[in-house]
Amino acid sequence: MLRLPPFRYHRPATVAQAIEVMGEHAGDAMFVAGGTDLIPNMKHRLFEPGHLVALKGIEELRGVRIDDGHLRIGAAETISHVASNPEVLNRFPALADAAGHIAGPQLRNSGTIGGNLCLDTRCTYYNQTAFWREALGYCLKKDGDVCHVIRVGKKCVAAHSADTPPVLMTLDAVATLVGPDGQRSVPVRDFFVADGIVNSRRAPDEIVTELRIPLASAERKQAYAKLRVRKSIDFPLLTVAIAADLDGDGTVRSIEGVVTALGSRPHVLTGWGDVAVGRRLDDQVVDELAERAHKQCHPLENMIVDHEWRRAMVPVYVRRALEKLGAA
Amino acid sequence: MSAATEIVRLTVNGDRQEVGVPTHFTLLETLRYALGLTGSKQGCDKGDCGACTVILDGEPTLSCITPVWEAEGRTVTTVEGLASREAPHPLQDAFDLNGAAQCGFCTPGILCSAAALLERTGDPTREQIKEALAGNLCRCTGYTKIYDAVEAAAAAMQNGASVGGASG
Repeated sequence: MLRLPPFRYHRPATVAQAIEVMGEHAGDAMFVAGGTDLIPNMKHRLFEPGHLVALKGIEELRGVRIDDGHLRIGAAETISHVASNPEVLNRFPALADAAGHIAGPQLRNSGTIGGNLCLDTRCTYYNQTAFWREALGYCLKKDGDVCHVIRVGKKCVAAHSADTPPVLMTLDAVATLVGPDGQRSVPVRDFFVADGIVNSRRAPDEIVTELRIPLASAERKQAYAKLRVRKSIDFPLLTVAIAADLDGDGTVRSIEGVVTALGSRPHVLTGWGDVAVGRRLDDQVVDELAERAHKQCHPLENMIVDHEWRRAMVPVYVRRALEKLGAA
Repeated sequence: MSAATEIVRLTVNGDRQEVGVPTHFTLLETLRYALGLTGSKQGCDKGDCGACTVILDGEPTLSCITPVWEAEGRTVTTVEGLASREAPHPLQDAFDLNGAAQCGFCTPGILCSAAALLERTGDPTREQIKEALAGNLCRCTGYTKIYDAVEAAAAAMQNGASVGGASG
């Protein structure tokens, strides 16, 4: 049995009210949407806010619609709705694929797309009960000063473990954030920072209200591949998102690959354009791209599976994603 | 911070309930410890295993990580609400006849996931059944008999077996 620490639950009706309530309890409150990440983390005493400000009941955060050349997805839309939305399925199949592979059905019914963007980083030494963590002497990310993954490390290396952000990056999605000082737009590719403790540029009093994906991105061939132990429930051990612009004869005009679940933020694979642009995605090019990915991906012991196996899976999953992309 | 208590209003298995709970209670804690409905199980208690699955407005939901306030004003069906006064839910019959429950701990959650599936899809494929139950862990059966039972229940319902409980 894992009890939650005591808190008050606030259910504002609008974004403005949510920000006001957050302001009233500054420093002792957190926003919660689906709660599928935050609630277990609170049960593990990783967060103990005295107040939760709920976002899921806010109507203006819902809906998927086309407007001004973009597909606009309300941040409180559930993962289930995003995965099954016809516009998402038709235009951005890799996003539907990634969303449909998050956790299990019940978690997708509760979890939200905004929450997936804001998912806390994960680590074997962090996502544990308070008792477990105390027995080990805590860690850099929470309550301690030692990293158990890299003993001499001074920087937290907990892994970014969300499925949709790599895909959103390859589709040039932009997040809208609203806070006490107003609204701003942050491209998803600039949303994350290389710090496992807090890995996003969202301030604690800011709400992700919307994700906008340019409809032009629907022209790209897209694919997503995910490594995990079981085919359900598990967080990713590695994900690969790829998008490419191809000419009519299959010649690559541009290509981008993003991997995650390795470090604290998604990693844009470098050197892919040099390999593939002007060529077709034949076996030779696929091998070269997989090799490039393998060279620059170094999984850490921040998850409870063999990190060398995870590294060996990098080229395998890059190939699988490229095969999917070719078949799309 | 000391725990405050407030009254939450929700509909559980067709009954309107007003119950005082600590403000940090989950839906599962409210069901088990405030309403005495212990059918929904407290397994991992952190959203991994699916033993606490209930049907919230038609959707299978993990009650152990759902703050009770998210269920306020909404309709909750637990395993206790599947059967009617007269007869078990066809799924319960089929689980019995197919030996789909062994230790039984995962069964209430699986029944809820399966009942929600059959509400949406009267004649699911084996693949759809597997997908619908992918968030429910069973350590005894190996799932085969569970899938068989859900198929049998779907067939029985297509042939007119009635669902008389709160979910019907």
